[in-house]
Amino acid sequence: MMKKKYFINANIIDPHNNISEIGGLIIGEDGKIEGVGKKVNKNNIPSREKVIDLKENYIFPGIVDMRVFVGEPGYEYKENFRTLSNAALSGGVTSVVTMPNTDPIIDNVSIVDFLKRRGRDKSKINIFPTASLTKGTEGTNMTEFGLLQSKGIIAFTDGIKTIQNTRVMSRIMNSAKDLGSLIMQHAEDQELAENGMINDGIISTKLGLQGIPEIAELIIIERDLTLLEEYNCRYHISQISSGKAVEIIKDRKDKVRFSCGVSINNLSLNENDIGDFRTFLKLSPPLRTEDDRLSLVQGLNDGTIDVIVSDHKPEDEEQKRLTFAQAATGATGIETLLSLSLELYHNGSVKLEKIIAALTSNPAKILKINKGNLSVGNDADFCIVDINKPWIVKQENLVSKSKNTSIENKRLQGKVTNTYVKGQELYNI
Amino acid sequence: MATKTKAIKISQKHLLGIQDLSINDVSLILKEAEKFIELNKSKNKKLDLLKGKTQINLFFEPSTRTQSSFELAGKRLGADVMSMNITNSAIKKGETLIDTAMTLNAMHPDIIVIRHQDSGACNLLSQKVNCAVLNAGDGRREHPTQALLDALTILNRKKKIQGLKVAICGDILHSRVARSNIYLLNMLGAEVNIVAPSNLLPKDIEKFGVNIFSNMKKGVKDCDIVMMLRLQNERMSSSFLSSNREYYEYYGLTQDKLEYAKSDSIIMHPGPMNRGIEIDTKLADDTNMSVVKEQVELGVAIRMACLKIFCE
Repeated sequence: MMKKKYFINANIIDPHNNISEIGGLIIGEDGKIEGVGKKVNKNNIPSREKVIDLKENYIFPGIVDMRVFVGEPGYEYKENFRTLSNAALSGGVTSVVTMPNTDPIIDNVSIVDFLKRRGRDKSKINIFPTASLTKGTEGTNMTEFGLLQSKGIIAFTDGIKTIQNTRVMSRIMNSAKDLGSLIMQHAEDQELAENGMINDGIISTKLGLQGIPEIAELIIIERDLTLLEEYNCRYHISQISSGKAVEIIKDRKDKVRFSCGVSINNLSLNENDIGDFRTFLKLSPPLRTEDDRLSLVQGLNDGTIDVIVSDHKPEDEEQKRLTFAQAATGATGIETLLSLSLELYHNGSVKLEKIIAALTSNPAKILKINKGNLSVGNDADFCIVDINKPWIVKQENLVSKSKNTSIENKRLQGKVTNTYVKGQELYNI
Repeated sequence: MATKTKAIKISQKHLLGIQDLSINDVSLILKEAEKFIELNKSKNKKLDLLKGKTQINLFFEPSTRTQSSFELAGKRLGADVMSMNITNSAIKKGETLIDTAMTLNAMHPDIIVIRHQDSGACNLLSQKVNCAVLNAGDGRREHPTQALLDALTILNRKKKIQGLKVAICGDILHSRVARSNIYLLNMLGAEVNIVAPSNLLPKDIEKFGVNIFSNMKKGVKDCDIVMMLRLQNERMSSSFLSSNREYYEYYGLTQDKLEYAKSDSIIMHPGPMNRGIEIDTKLADDTNMSVVKEQVELGVAIRMACLKIFCE
C-alpha cells in the first residue's frame, strides 16, 4: 500500500468532467482518485497530512496517444516496451495505442498473448494494442475481429497501410458493425501516392521529389464515408493532412458518425520545414502547405478533428542517414507531443481545454476506455506540467531509443515535471 | 597559365544546383569557360592548372557524355582523375552513400563529381566531405553543368540570352535538365515556354515564372531556341502517355511544328536522342539548326571552368 497523497493549489483541467479550475487532487492508498477540484483545498485536508502545493502548476489527465509504433516484436533495436514507456512518461503519456506493423504483424490470437505479456511485464504505462485489419496487412483477408478483441485488442488498423480494395473495405465495415469493432484507417490511395515522399507542390517540384497529392487522402476518405452510410460501424480516420480533408469531414459529420485524428506534426509544421532534404521530416501523411496546417488547426478548434496523436515512429539512424528517397518514413514524438501541442495554446490558436480534450478524453471516448480523465474512483493516471517552462529539443536528451525527432533544436514552452500512473510517481524532472 | 581574375569569387563551396548560384557566379563560370573553347580546339590541349589535384567521379547512374566530359575536363586541366566503377564497388555490396563519402573523403580528394538517381544525393554528400562537390545530375532535381553548357551554346550562337524566347519541350516532370535550365534562363533574362502533355508537368511549375503550353505549335511560336528533352521509354508503361507514335505526332519536333518558331531558331537536345520519338531524325542532323554537337563540345569547356573555379 502506498501513502495517501494530497496535491493542492493546482490548475486542474479535466475535459471529461468539465473541470477547469484551481483546486486539488487526492490519491488514495490504492492508487485511485479520491477527490478532485476546487473542493480539495487546505481547509478540508487534515493538518497532520503532508500536502504538496503545486503553486498553480497544471494537472492534466494522463495523455492517451492513439498512434504509436513500438518495435516489439521484430524491431526491438528501434524501440521496445521499456524504452517506449520511459519516453511516454517523460511526456505525460500514460496510455498508448500501439500499431500492428511489427515483425511478425499483429494479425492472430497467439501473437496477441505474447504482446500483452510483454506489454505488462516491461511497460509501466497502459498498453492498448491494435491488430491488423487484414492478414499480413496485405489488404485482402480480414483478421478475426471477434476473437482478437476478446483477447484484448482495442481496435483494428493496417497502420501504415490503407485498405485499397473497396469490396474488402465494405466487408470489413460490415463485420465491424456486427462485432462492435473500431476500425482505424490510414487514408491514402496507394496508386496515387506511389513512390511519393512529400506533398505534391512547388516544394516537391523544386526538390525533385515525387509528390503525394492531397487527393490521395481525399479519395479514401470520401470512399470510406460513403461506405459508412451503408455499413455503420465504429470508424476512425487515423490522421488527415489537408485543408480539403477538413472540409469533407466537417460536411460529412452531419450525416454519419465517425471520428478523426491529426498528427501533431501536421498541426505544427509545414512542407517548408523539410528544407535541405531533412529525412526526419519525411512523414506519412506528408507535411503540406501552411494553408493546410492552418485549416487543420481550425478543424481542431471547431471540433471537426477529435484527436491529436504523436504518430511516434522510431527509426534508427541507419534508416535516416540516406538519401531522401531511400530514407524510412516517420518521426518519434511521444515525449514532445504535449509540449508541442502547447505551442498552439501559447500562440493563441487553440484553447487549452480543447487541446487537452484532444489528448485525453476524446481518444478515450473513441476507444471506449476509462482513461484520460480524473474521475473519482478511477486510476490516478495524470501529469503535472509547468506550462511556461522553456526548453529546447535535443536529440541527445531524448528518452526514446530512436532519435529521429521532427523538431530537433526547436524551442518549446511547457514541460511535464511529474507523471503518475495508478497513483505512483514514475517520472519526475 | 590562364589569366587570373581576382575581382570576383564564386559564392558557393559546391556546385549543387543553379538555384544556389548568383548571376555573378554564372557569369564567372561562363567567362572562364569561353577561355577554354579555343584551347579545346588546339593541338596541345593540356594545361597544368589542376596539377596535383585529385578529382573523383562518382557515377551511380549510367552516363556516357557527362562522365566522359568531366573526365576529359579534369585531365585537360592536369588533375589526377579517378572514375569509380560503381558496379564493382562496395556500394553494390550495400554500403550507404554516407559511408562511401567518408571513405573517399579519407583519401583527400580536391573535388568529387557525383551523378545519382536520387534527388538531393549531392547535397547529402556535400555535408559529409571536406572537398568541393560538383553535381552531375541528381534525380530529377538539377543538372547544373548541363544548363551552363546550354547557356554557353546559346551565347555562342545568338551572342545574348537576355530577351530570347526559349521553348523547353517534353518530359518536364522527370527532367533535371529542364529544372536547371528554367532557373538559369530566367536568371539570364530569357522568356521560357514549357511544352508538355499535362501528365508530364510537375505540380506548380507555373510558379517558376514560365509559360505553360500543351499545344506544341503554340508553345514554340516565335521562339529563338527549341530545346527538346529525352523521353524515357518506361513512361509508356506507367500510363503517362499512350504510345510513342502518338507522342511523336503531338510532341515530337517535326518540320511542320518547327515552322512556328523563328526562321533562325536553333534546336538543342541534352542527349542521348530518341530519333523518331521526340525529334525527327533529319532535324536532329541538320547542322544549320541543330547544335547538339556544339553542346557536347562546349560541355567540356564548361566542366573545365567549373572544376577550376570550385577547386580553388
